[in-house]
Amino acid sequence: MELKEKDNQAFPGIIHETPGGGIVVSTFDSIINWARSNSLWPLSFATSCCGIEMMSTASAKYDFSRFGFEVARASPRQADVIIIAGTIVNKMAPVLKRLYDQMADPKYVIAMGACAISGGPFFYNTYSVVKGADHIIPVDVYIPGCPPRPEALLHSLISLQEKIKMGMTRDQIRGEFKG
Amino acid sequence: MSNEEIKEIISSTLPSATYDETGEWLNVIIDSKDWKKIAAECRNGALQMDFLFCLTCVDWKTHLTMVYHLTSTKHRHNIVVKANLDHAMPEIETVCDIWRTAEFHEREVFEMFGVNFLNHPDLRKLILEDDFKGFPLRKDFEDPINMIKL
Repeated sequence: MELKEKDNQAFPGIIHETPGGGIVVSTFDSIINWARSNSLWPLSFATSCCGIEMMSTASAKYDFSRFGFEVARASPRQADVIIIAGTIVNKMAPVLKRLYDQMADPKYVIAMGACAISGGPFFYNTYSVVKGADHIIPVDVYIPGCPPRPEALLHSLISLQEKIKMGMTRDQIRGEFKG
Repeated sequence: MSNEEIKEIISSTLPSATYDETGEWLNVIIDSKDWKKIAAECRNGALQMDFLFCLTCVDWKTHLTMVYHLTSTKHRHNIVVKANLDHAMPEIETVCDIWRTAEFHEREVFEMFGVNFLNHPDLRKLILEDDFKGFPLRKDFEDPINMIKL
């Protein structure tokens, strides 16, 4: 009987080889995290130029549906992850908060581009830009760049998947303390 | 139509207009209270300027200047009309009834500079929040909460 430890990419758990097949021993948490991370549906939320890079990541050349982000839902009720691609202005901030509140648990947030991280090029001398999307909603992954390359967005999607599998996203940490 | 002909037509309606030909197009400098008359003449008269393609304002610290760029699709000539406004009470007649595009452009100048357009059908903020205080594109605009000075 051999014990095999699988790596991050495949199904989590330890396989016990028995005659006629095998038995996988795992924890529910890791199976649920694995399932959630491999099928994250993004909410289409592109306000600015980073939205074009996100669209290009979604289309044929740098496809992100290979990673499970197949359907970009327009409705927040059906989406798991919101990719904030673009500048958030003061007028857009309550809209973003409302969309985030409407998303169902578990939800994750990716801040794409310099504007969503910290206001970006509009940090100084502007009267209307929110200096970072994390003033409005809690963010899990930050992608630097102006705009970030599609490969950078893919790397961040993979990092978000790893973060979910490790149980370290804000949503999961909040859930642990919930009694 | 050449610049001389345009100058003649404008001067016949408005003798007090002055001209500046140093730029790319003929600049006509008028007084703000004569604007409506000359605008009607530009659209309907011999000049046939039917396309207002730019409407902005410039803040020189002592006064404001309204700038209108007009062109004619028939004769293919362009002029620029400038009118100086008082800093304390900037007011000028609207041209929405002459060129409909001015509705949105004048709303933007109103929210950014505070210029009051008389007889505008719907003068309110265009892009800023409805309760925004102050006029952002003026040189003396201060916003200590949002603006971080570099």
